[in-house]
Amino acid sequence: MPPMSLWRYANPVEFMRVSGKVLPTLWILTAVCLVAGLGWGFFGTPDDYKQGSTVKILFIHVPAALMAINAWLMMLVASLIWFIRRHHVSALAARAAAPVGAVMTLVTLVTGALWGQPMWGAWWAWDPRLTSFFILFVFYLGYIALWEAIDEPDKAADLTAIVCLVGSVFALLSRYAVFFWSQGLHQGPSLSLDRQENVDDTFYFPLLLSIAGFVLLFVSLVLLRTRTEIRARRLRALEAIEVRA
Amino acid sequence: MIPDLGKYAGTVLGAYSACLILIGALVVLSVLRSARVRRALARVELETKGRSHGQT
Repeated sequence: MPPMSLWRYANPVEFMRVSGKVLPTLWILTAVCLVAGLGWGFFGTPDDYKQGSTVKILFIHVPAALMAINAWLMMLVASLIWFIRRHHVSALAARAAAPVGAVMTLVTLVTGALWGQPMWGAWWAWDPRLTSFFILFVFYLGYIALWEAIDEPDKAADLTAIVCLVGSVFALLSRYAVFFWSQGLHQGPSLSLDRQENVDDTFYFPLLLSIAGFVLLFVSLVLLRTRTEIRARRLRALEAIEVRA
Repeated sequence: MIPDLGKYAGTVLGAYSACLILIGALVVLSVLRSARVRRALARVELETKGRSHGQT
């Protein structure tokens, strides 16, 4: 039996075959986790003694923020694979993930502003974490715009991969800003390996379920969108052949 | 049955609505584009196949 290798999924045919098989199951798991996690968080958790019912925003704000950062890190890995091994599927996967990451960042910023107004008395503050998230959002928009602006796919993949490398600084800053600068309004992380620092168990388990739902949603969307990008690439190639013929 | 959200009802419902609208729009647009590209590719592949059969 030949050895299994992750690189076989870099073959578009193999990627389409496997992703087509797993996508229906992934969509079902996504729906189950999101409905269960968000439903439990919204309907089944009590108000916080300090924050009142606004604590329910935790179940969308934290998973969206995690995915906003992790989407960029996934794009970074895909971009590095493109740089090193020149696999087109990895470049197309990075392209496919960008709008998903941008929407996750926007959800984080909007829900954060809505949560911040009653708690801090301000929709927005130039706090380190908020600012680095805003810059990350701008990077997402720039990344998407660059892909759209360049006609030659390999050149677009090269240049967007460079943008991705630079933007990774802000993705990491968004994650660790609260550790670097302590003067911000934003609280510390809601989840930690140190159980003492975690949110209370009442919120912890529905939060984990919501995070699982957001992760599955991200994977499902990226697979669907990568399949679309692969088809769009083939479509452009066939149309180019037709024009020449 | 919506739980009693007290004076923050607007804030909480606003946050959930914004999240559902943004993510819902992303899912719908992704699925629509996927279907559109799949149809276009199927059409072009059929035309290409028909032409190559016509040549032989």
